[in-house]
Amino acid sequence: MVPTNYYVILSAVLFGLGVFAFIFKRNVITIFMSIELMLNAVNLAFVAFSQALGKLDGQVFVLFVIVVAAAEAAVGLGIIILIARNRQTLNVERVDLLKL
Amino acid sequence: MTAPLVVFFGLAALAVIGAVSLILQKHPIHSALSLIVVMVALAGLYLLMGAEFVAAVQIIVYGGAIMVLFVFVIMLLNAGVEEHTSLSKMAGPPGLLLVLALAGFIAATVARSGASVQAATQTGALSSTKGISEMVFKDFVYPFELTSFLVLVAILGATVLAHREKS
Amino acid sequence: MRALLTTNAELVITIVKIALLLFIVLTVNAYLTWFERKVVAHIQSRWGPHRVGPHGLLQPLADGLKFLFKEDPTPAGVDKFVYFLAPLLALALALTSIAIIPFGPDPIRLFGHDIYLGIAPLNLNIGILALFAITALGVYGVALAGWSSNSKYPLLGGLRSSAQMISYELALTMSVVGVLLMAGSFNLRDIINAQARHPERGILGWNIWPQILGFFCFFTAAVAETNRVPFDLPEAESELVAGFHTEYASFKFAMFFIAEYTSMITVSCLCTIMFFGGWLSPFPASWTVTHYLPSVILIPFGLWVIMDGVRYETIFGRLVLPAMGTAITALGLVLIVFPQVNAFIQAPFWLLSKILTFLFVYVWMRGTLPRFRYDQLMAFGWKLLLPLSIVNVILTSFVILAKMQWGAQ
Repeated sequence: MVPTNYYVILSAVLFGLGVFAFIFKRNVITIFMSIELMLNAVNLAFVAFSQALGKLDGQVFVLFVIVVAAAEAAVGLGIIILIARNRQTLNVERVDLLKL
Repeated sequence: MTAPLVVFFGLAALAVIGAVSLILQKHPIHSALSLIVVMVALAGLYLLMGAEFVAAVQIIVYGGAIMVLFVFVIMLLNAGVEEHTSLSKMAGPPGLLLVLALAGFIAATVARSGASVQAATQTGALSSTKGISEMVFKDFVYPFELTSFLVLVAILGATVLAHREKS
Repeated sequence: MRALLTTNAELVITIVKIALLLFIVLTVNAYLTWFERKVVAHIQSRWGPHRVGPHGLLQPLADGLKFLFKEDPTPAGVDKFVYFLAPLLALALALTSIAIIPFGPDPIRLFGHDIYLGIAPLNLNIGILALFAITALGVYGVALAGWSSNSKYPLLGGLRSSAQMISYELALTMSVVGVLLMAGSFNLRDIINAQARHPERGILGWNIWPQILGFFCFFTAAVAETNRVPFDLPEAESELVAGFHTEYASFKFAMFFIAEYTSMITVSCLCTIMFFGGWLSPFPASWTVTHYLPSVILIPFGLWVIMDGVRYETIFGRLVLPAMGTAITALGLVLIVFPQVNAFIQAPFWLLSKILTFLFVYVWMRGTLPRFRYDQLMAFGWKLLLPLSIVNVILTSFVILAKMQWGAQ
């Protein structure tokens, strides 16, 4: 069987890559995707600990995280569509004015 | 190496490659595809741990709904190849440092953590679906109701945002 | 070699089963196109394919050869990787979903191993969820094909299909909840067994009666998920040329085609299993006379094929059709002579005949119904199907609760 800390380290690596993508990418949609990557990394740690401790709380929490991620995606993509419609760009560096 | 370990390393490599590819790809659609690979690999890991229900939900909701929404928006906005300015190129090296520090910190914490977590291995014997439903609808019923409220708010928010005002 | 076979027996059996199922599904797919063309033709007072082979029975073979040998140009400006990935993804996911379906209750005993019909393990506790997970990923095949073709009609088709599939997936999932509540399990075998709790009731014990609302929602949403008429907007030929697969030719087009037909088969299997008792006979279990029904159907059908064959126009038909008829009649006779074979064949017989009925309904709808308009499609999914399926869940849970409370047997 696979030791728990393997899962935790994988989760840390994925989370780190998510943070890096968040800083490095310039497209709003890709930045949003890196947030999803971070959420996924955290979910992995939750499930790993849940199985290690023999309690289901972690898995229930993952379900809540997934629901929140879905809600967030709906609103976030709505905002992205508005940005694209008003500014004609998806590059975050070009969205630097307070007014149109 | 036992069979589960081999599967673990295969899926872990897939997930990490997907995440790296998310960063390296220039086009948002390719990034989205990489993220889908990560999610499917994670679902495989959940199955390996015996968390069947979470694995199924991971693919149905993340893979089948959220990521489809992303792909849909990318197609709708006809997003092109990402352009990098000098400022964003500057963000690379400090970002990498930060990430290495973060990963090192977490790895150190895991290494120094008590024997209890390290020793505990996945039994995979937890009968998850029934237990999860009992927890969600008994112990966590208030948070559950609150999330449903959150989803309702999100639906309203998305509708308001997407609504084009008629002038 | 022998040692290898005995130690890895399970693995070998599974691989053989996969190969066999793949062969069967692809053959059925090919003949489904023949079936569809014939039925639609007769609905429209035409003959359908009748040149290649007797009654056009070799038409699928000719079509397959044509697909293989046609020129396969790659349009300029496509995203190569995604363009090639999309049909592969569509086909692979469609074929994988068949693996979850169980095809019979009893194992065949061969070489000292119990071999069950169906690839997935017996205790696949997330059966139906796994199926939904696979079909949920199926939308990428269509969406990515539309995007990567770098052409406006496919893009519009891909956009339409991803919006349509997200919308109808909700209704699809919600409409099943009633069945799951009644069975208390995600496992497809358990769902069928739950419908056999009262063997003396036969057809009245199936889920279709208490879950008629759920069935309506499920079947409608499932037809929309498979992009078939009247929900075939992603490939509406009068508006979008051919929708998402406009830029695909030759075998890549055939892959989309096979994927669509395979998902039709999956949906028919699911409808049968969840609402129409799967492999259960519609007659009460005590009626053993009905075990001869397969023979009663097969023998007259075989005789009719022989009769038809001797009078057929071409010599080839006069040779082949009577041979086929003889084989069918012989099969019917074998079932009468060997009672054990007959008893074993009952479950697959009922399952297959129900699946065939659903496939016929699919084709029938294609021959009958006009296509939805896009706004009608969205309004229908969100304003009618989704609320109805939620009402179904609430009603079902109230009835189950009431039964638990007042102990109705």
